[in-house]
Amino acid sequence: MHRVAIVGGGTGGTVLANRLADELRSEIEAGEVDVRLITADENHVYKPTFLYVPFGKKTVDDAKRPIEELVDRRVTLTIDEVTDVDTERKRLSLAERATELSYDHLVLATGATLEPEAVPGLAEGGHHFYGPDGAEALRDELAAFTEGHLVLSVVGVPHMCPAAPVEFVLMVDDWLRERGLREDVELTYTYPINRAHGLESIADWASDLFEDRDVNLETFFNVDEVDPDAEVVETVEGKELEYDLLVAIPPHRGSDLVTAAGLGEDGWVDVDRHTLEATGAEDVYAIGDTADVPTSKAGSVAHYEAGVVADRIASRVRGTVPTATYDGKTVCFLEAGMDEATFVEFEYGKEPYVREPSKPLHWAKLGYNESYWLTARGLL
Amino acid sequence: MSDAISPDVTIDSRGATCPGPLMDLIGKVKTLEPGTVVELQTTARNSTTDVPEWLEEAGHDLLEIEELDDEWRIYLEVN
Repeated sequence: MHRVAIVGGGTGGTVLANRLADELRSEIEAGEVDVRLITADENHVYKPTFLYVPFGKKTVDDAKRPIEELVDRRVTLTIDEVTDVDTERKRLSLAERATELSYDHLVLATGATLEPEAVPGLAEGGHHFYGPDGAEALRDELAAFTEGHLVLSVVGVPHMCPAAPVEFVLMVDDWLRERGLREDVELTYTYPINRAHGLESIADWASDLFEDRDVNLETFFNVDEVDPDAEVVETVEGKELEYDLLVAIPPHRGSDLVTAAGLGEDGWVDVDRHTLEATGAEDVYAIGDTADVPTSKAGSVAHYEAGVVADRIASRVRGTVPTATYDGKTVCFLEAGMDEATFVEFEYGKEPYVREPSKPLHWAKLGYNESYWLTARGLL
Repeated sequence: MSDAISPDVTIDSRGATCPGPLMDLIGKVKTLEPGTVVELQTTARNSTTDVPEWLEEAGHDLLEIEELDDEWRIYLEVN
């Protein structure tokens, strides 16, 4: 019996469980393989939905579905929290389970967690759209915001969906214009390094659009502290920026489980970037935001990584040499306003080509967001 | 290691792609006292330009950039 344990029910974990259920269908039905998905959340959450919530285009309920409805019946679904990973003894401890759970192959897909409290004053002074509560609070704030200085500040790097901050600024610019408020609102975008985005081609594309649309760009802007009473952001470079509405991308951290298991610093698992196997333990893989690989923390990455790890585990189960590898493939749609988008595709070490934004690409993005539920089921 | 410079803190960012090393440095420097000498180890060539640029912006001193085989050691002092 090969026991595959997958920890985390986000995009990576769910796609992987369903891919394995399909790939190893006969072995599972013969009782030779058990694929178990362990997640503390009864709902699967599709986080890209939250970008649309502040503009009233989606609700937080649109982002979630019961995970039970998405997972193949051949998968053993365990709703519980993993509290300890012992890679020496190949066992997991669970909060609600008295005995430990043994595994032969472990996949960590534990995702990223927001940590606004890592920056003094940020939780009190800043809004965000990276989770349901934050997105709803920002929706209410934005609806009442008719004039002043709106600052979008990328505070934490790395963060999920690296395109989203640029998208938000371009969307809010368009949204304010549609509502006749843009002339009364100053818009500023800040980024920690010397350009508007980690990828140069996206930075160049965004900088040109910001100039066209009268969006201020502040670079080398690393937020040290937020003063919520004075409504001022202070940076490690000694700058100060006053705001009326601060939308911040909070610092992210990985899973404490990962750090405690000695698999990587800051909760991200150190892996071989091609095989996705952990460098610190045998028969352990990491996919999605949890895996420390040099590309975006994005749903498409988790999706493609899940396919690779499904193939590698299936090969191991069958006693053949795993040959599937991950080349860093990343695909992102980028909204350029409320009704236009572009699309980028790249892999390790490559700069993406940023296409001219268009309405059809915006519709394609919205269409994909609806068909995402097929991706989660391992079908698309 | 540079003969003349003895770092108090070493940051190993080898293997990280740009802007990873710079972000590692910024995160660490925030926690250090003035006068601390830092060595940043990087395999990203861009670090040799974007790190000095940030040091100037943030008011820290670049001490030396040492080139080895396919990697660089950047020494700086926190102000």
